[in-house]
Amino acid sequence: MDCLLIGGVSGKRDTLSDRGHGDIWSLVAEEPLRSSDREDVGGWLERLCRAAVRTLPASGLGVSLMSATGEPTVMAASSPDSVVLEELQFTLGEGPCQDAFATRRPVLTPDVREAAATQWPGYAPAVLELGVEAVFAFPLQLGSARLGALDIYREHTGSLSDESFRHAQAFAAVATESLLDAQERFAGRGEAPGDLALDRSFVVYQAQGMVQVQLAIDLAEAMVRLRAYAYANGRPVAEVAEDIVARRLVLESDS
Amino acid sequence: MITVDRLAAVLVEAADTLVDDFDLIEFLQRLTTHASELFDVDAAGLLLADADGRLQPLAASDERAEMLELFQVQSAEGPCQDCYRGGAAVVNADLLNAGDRWPRFAPKAVASGYRAVHAFPLRLRQEVIGALNLFSAQPGQMDPADMQAVQALADVATIGLLQERAIRRRDILTEQLQVALNSRIAIEQAKGALAQIHDCTVDQAFDLLRNYARSNHLRLGQVAYQVTAEPDKVPELVTPTPRAP
Repeated sequence: MDCLLIGGVSGKRDTLSDRGHGDIWSLVAEEPLRSSDREDVGGWLERLCRAAVRTLPASGLGVSLMSATGEPTVMAASSPDSVVLEELQFTLGEGPCQDAFATRRPVLTPDVREAAATQWPGYAPAVLELGVEAVFAFPLQLGSARLGALDIYREHTGSLSDESFRHAQAFAAVATESLLDAQERFAGRGEAPGDLALDRSFVVYQAQGMVQVQLAIDLAEAMVRLRAYAYANGRPVAEVAEDIVARRLVLESDS
Repeated sequence: MITVDRLAAVLVEAADTLVDDFDLIEFLQRLTTHASELFDVDAAGLLLADADGRLQPLAASDERAEMLELFQVQSAEGPCQDCYRGGAAVVNADLLNAGDRWPRFAPKAVASGYRAVHAFPLRLRQEVIGALNLFSAQPGQMDPADMQAVQALADVATIGLLQERAIRRRDILTEQLQVALNSRIAIEQAKGALAQIHDCTVDQAFDLLRNYARSNHLRLGQVAYQVTAEPDKVPELVTPTPRAP
């Protein structure tokens, strides 16, 4: 196939190529619960990591969050080995997660050996020792709100296929959505939001910016507050956002 | 009708995507501005399909919220949706008589003062990646020569976006597009923040953002990011304007 596919080719649907965010939510929801899974967004992200490992495929996967000051936390991983890999980059102070977070773009390293000399003199040899030959990191972000990164590990060299690349982006988008969602939605099992289309209206992002300034909180937190208010009041997020932008509604600072 | 030399100049610019500091949002913004100026239409917008195949407005010659909504509603229905799905241009659609075809889009467009709408596919061979959308306040037919010129502009822009990047790395456009969509979101977040800081509308906030970027020779996306993530880097922009007594 010579044609580069973004989004979709009109008139032709390929079930796997066209897997969008909605399908990724279903894949994660179908991923069996384990007794060790936590009952919060962390547990949901553990399942996301396991679903992603099978779908992409990959040998390991992890999601790490970074605080505003760059302080990292490993949030979830597909296996204990992947937790070790996630932590390694923070111990060494360099790696794909930090780079994806800093540059706000995917960091694609199909051959870790090549990166040893230039990119990551400490991290690259360390992961090679653990059998990782390729790493790919995707930032978890929504506009200017940055949360962390999703890291993909493979035991063989080589680029992600176009399809895997799109899937990886979709998994990162779902991880971001989950983290920005009100935490109470993850009590027990995660659910896909009812109407993602509405959530993606520009007015929602405008309201997010207004709430950030009104409550003097960070941008990601502003989205969490906005959504929590909408869920608590049983209203669509976009409708609440319209009220905020029209200045008919101001969220309470302690809501 | 457009002159040959104007068209040639714009086409060359549209093809010039291999510069080192290429920025997709700015490229598309220039394209929509050219399209609206050259073809005697009142507004132009550019929509690209995201990873889910949903059309997202990325740039517009007119950034008013009302206008952005007209582009955004087309992720569900409208001339761009038809154009994207069918792969063919939708031209000279009479908005006053389009209520059956586009029950949500048409009345909105009429209420915004438009009478005619056109959508041209951004297409390379079998692949459609988005649409160029033109609005006119006057009913009537577009000059056939202008239609060809608009499609040529759309084609050259598509080749510029797809082909060269495909040679360098196949996944780079997907990535570029994702970065552009994310910049668009960052711009909307910054509009909201600035509207709150300056107690103005989001449309006025966009003007503040754009004027600041232009007068400081900065990219719109970069300034938008700084407004919400690194406000200390743009102090003049995020300091509330004192109210007149």
